[in-house]
Amino acid sequence: MSKRFVSIWLRYLATDWFSLHQPERKQHPFVLRSLSHGRMIVTAANAQAEQNGISKNRALADARALVPGLDVADDEPEKIQRVLAKLAEWCIRFTPCVALDPPDGLWLDVTGCAHLWGGEERYLNDIIHRISARGYQVCAAMADTPGAAWAVARYAAQPGVVPPQQHVQALLPLPPQALRLEPAITERLHKLGLHRIQQFINLPRASLRKRFGVPLLQQLDKATGQEWEILVPIRPIEPYQERLPCLEPIVTATGIEIALRQLLENLCGRLRQEQKGLRAAVFKGYRVDGKTEHISIATSRASRQGVHLFKLFELKIASMEPGMGIELFVLEAPVVEDLLPAQEKMWKASGGWDDERLAELVDRLATKVGSGVIHRYMPAEHHWPERSFAKAASLEEEPSMAWRTDVLRPLYLLPIPQRIEVTAPIPDYPPMLFRYREKVHKIVKADGPERIEQEWWLQQGQHRDYYRVEDEEGNRYWLFRLGHYHDKTFQWFLHGYFS
Amino acid sequence: MPLTQAATLERLRSDILRLQGLAPAGDGVPALDLGVINKAFPNHTFPTAAMHEFVSATAEAVTAASGFLSGLLSSLVGNTGTALWITGPTLLFPPALAAWGLQPHRFLFLRLTNHKQALWAMEEALKSPALTAVVGEVRDISFTESRRLQLAVEQSRVTGFIINRSRKAGTTACVSRWRITSLPSVPIDNLPGIGFPRWHVELLRIRNGKPGAWEVQWRNDHFIYPTENQPPATNDQQPFQQAG
Repeated sequence: MSKRFVSIWLRYLATDWFSLHQPERKQHPFVLRSLSHGRMIVTAANAQAEQNGISKNRALADARALVPGLDVADDEPEKIQRVLAKLAEWCIRFTPCVALDPPDGLWLDVTGCAHLWGGEERYLNDIIHRISARGYQVCAAMADTPGAAWAVARYAAQPGVVPPQQHVQALLPLPPQALRLEPAITERLHKLGLHRIQQFINLPRASLRKRFGVPLLQQLDKATGQEWEILVPIRPIEPYQERLPCLEPIVTATGIEIALRQLLENLCGRLRQEQKGLRAAVFKGYRVDGKTEHISIATSRASRQGVHLFKLFELKIASMEPGMGIELFVLEAPVVEDLLPAQEKMWKASGGWDDERLAELVDRLATKVGSGVIHRYMPAEHHWPERSFAKAASLEEEPSMAWRTDVLRPLYLLPIPQRIEVTAPIPDYPPMLFRYREKVHKIVKADGPERIEQEWWLQQGQHRDYYRVEDEEGNRYWLFRLGHYHDKTFQWFLHGYFS
Repeated sequence: MPLTQAATLERLRSDILRLQGLAPAGDGVPALDLGVINKAFPNHTFPTAAMHEFVSATAEAVTAASGFLSGLLSSLVGNTGTALWITGPTLLFPPALAAWGLQPHRFLFLRLTNHKQALWAMEEALKSPALTAVVGEVRDISFTESRRLQLAVEQSRVTGFIINRSRKAGTTACVSRWRITSLPSVPIDNLPGIGFPRWHVELLRIRNGKPGAWEVQWRNDHFIYPTENQPPATNDQQPFQQAG
C-alpha cells in the first residue's frame, strides 16, 4: 500500500493567532514587528497588509509609509511555535502520526486514514474546514510524498488531493521554490531561466549536481519519492508523568523497586494536591541498549495510595528485563479521575462495597489472575435460568430489583445441561428413575413441572419443563424435559444440584 | 484465694486458645449460634477468624456442603458484610443464594481452575479485613498450603472456609473438618413432593473441641437442630466415598 501524506500550510499563522481575540484585525492591514539590527522590521503580515504591498522582512517604517495608521503588534515567535505544537496535538484526531513543519506547517501521515472519513476529498475538506473554524487560514494538499504535498499546498494554483502515483506530474508546473531549496539555489535557477520544475527535472543528474550541488538532487528525490523523508511524529505528553534518570544503569530488582517507590511517591503527592486518583498506570524503563521495558496496572477505583499501587506493580516487576541496565525510569498515569478525600468516618464500618481495602483487594487479584475471572452478579429480569443474573458493571453497582425467592433454584447449575436417560410413567409426570454417568438414581420424591418458555425475542427453541427430584440417598437434582411429551422428540437433561 | 485462682486459670485457658488460633471474634462480627452444635466448640462458640474445611468428593456432596455453608454465611455475612467465593469449574448459581437469606450481590465470585492461582487468590482475600468470609473450592490441599491460610486469618480476623474436593483428604492446619451428606428431605405437613432440606452434619475434627454428628434441617431461613435430649444421629449413611 502506498503511503499518503497531507501537508497543512497555515499561511497567516502568527497574524491569525493575534487576531483570534480581536477579529476586527482581520479586516484591516495588520503586521507583527520585531527588532533586528537596530531597526524594526515586519516579521508577519496579514492578507490585507500583503494586498497593500507589505511583505515580510520589510522595514516597519516603509510599511507605515505605505499604509498610514497600520495596526502593529510585537511578534512572539516562541509563543507561535507553541501554538503550532498545540495545533499538531489537536490534529491527532485525524491521524496518529503528526509531524511539525516549522515555522508554519504540519505534516500528517494519513496512510489508511482517509476511508474513515469516506474518501480522500472529504477527509481533506474536513481538515481544512475544522482548522478554518478555529480561525486560521489554511491550505492543505495530499500526495504520495511529504515533499510533493508540501509543494502542492504552497505553490499549486488549486491545492488539493493529488491522486496516487501522480505526484510527479503535479510537481512539473511548480516553481523551483516548491522543492524547499536554499534561496541562493533558487535564485541561480531563475537566473538560468529555469522557472518551472519540468524544465530541469529531466536534465542529467551529473550536470545538475555540478552546477547546483547535492542539495538540489536530494530535495528533488525527496519530492519524487526516490529518497525517503523521515518525519518525526510528535508525541503528546502525558499530563501525569514522573521521570527518574539514573547516574548508573540499574540492573537489579531492588534498584527497580527503589526507583518505582520514589516515582510513585512523587506522582501520588501530585495527585493528592490536585484531588485526583489514577485508574491506570504505566511504568517504563529505558534500557541502555535502546529497548524499552514496560509494565502496566489498572485499578478498579481511582487511587493515590502509593503502597497499594506499589503492591500492584510488585506482582509484575519480575517480568522486567533490565538487560545491560536501565538508565531512565518513567511513570505515567494515562487515566486519571477526580478523587475527593473521603470524609472521616465516625465509626469503623467494615465490609461495605465502598471500603477502600476491598477495591485494593480486587485490584491485586485482577492484576495477578486477570479481571475476566472476577465477577459480581446482579439480578436480571429473565425467567430463563442462564439469563436470570447479569454481571455487575462496577463495585458500586446496586441491584435495581430484589433477588427472587419465590422460585426454588439449585445451588449449583451445570454450565451446559447434561443428557440423561429417564423412565417416566405417564405424560407430564416426573420420572421414576434417571441414569447419569452410568449411575442409576431412583427417584423417591419429586416436584414439578415448572414450565419455562423460551424468550423468543432473544432465542428460538423449545420450552423446558423443570422437575425437582430427590433420589433414595437424599440427593436432590434439577431435571428438565426439552419439548412436549407427545412430540416424541423430547430429551431429558440434568441441569443442577439442590442442596 | 480460690476466686483469683479460677480467674487466673480462665485467663490462661483463653491465652492458650488464642495462641492456637482460636481467639474470640473481633467487634462487629456477629456470634454464630449453632444450637446444640455449639457444645462441640471450644468456649461453646463457633470459631470465627479461623479456617474450616468441608470434605466432599462428589458434586452432590459439594452441593450439600455449600448449602450448609450458605446457612452459616447467612448469619455471618448478613446484610452488611461482603464475602468472596472462589468456585472451580462448576458454576455456583448466584440467584439460588437468595433462598438462604443471603444477598448474592454481596458476593464476589472468582472462577479459577488453576490450583495454585486459587490458593494464591484465597490467601490474598483472607488477608483483607474488608471481607467477612472467604469460601474456596479446592482439590487436595496440602498441610503447608492450609497452614498459610490459617496464619492469614489469624492476622485479619476473616473467617475462611475450604470446600475440599478430594476423596482422601490429608491432614490440614484447619481448625475444624466437616462432612455434610444429604438426607431425605422432611415433608411439609405430610404433603407429597420435596420438603425442607436435611443433612447429616459430621464434625470430624475440631481443635480443642468434641467432634460429633447431628441431623440438621434448613427451614425457610434458619437451621433446625436436634433437641438436647435427642441422641446424636447415628452414622447409618453410606460412607461419603461411595456417595456419588
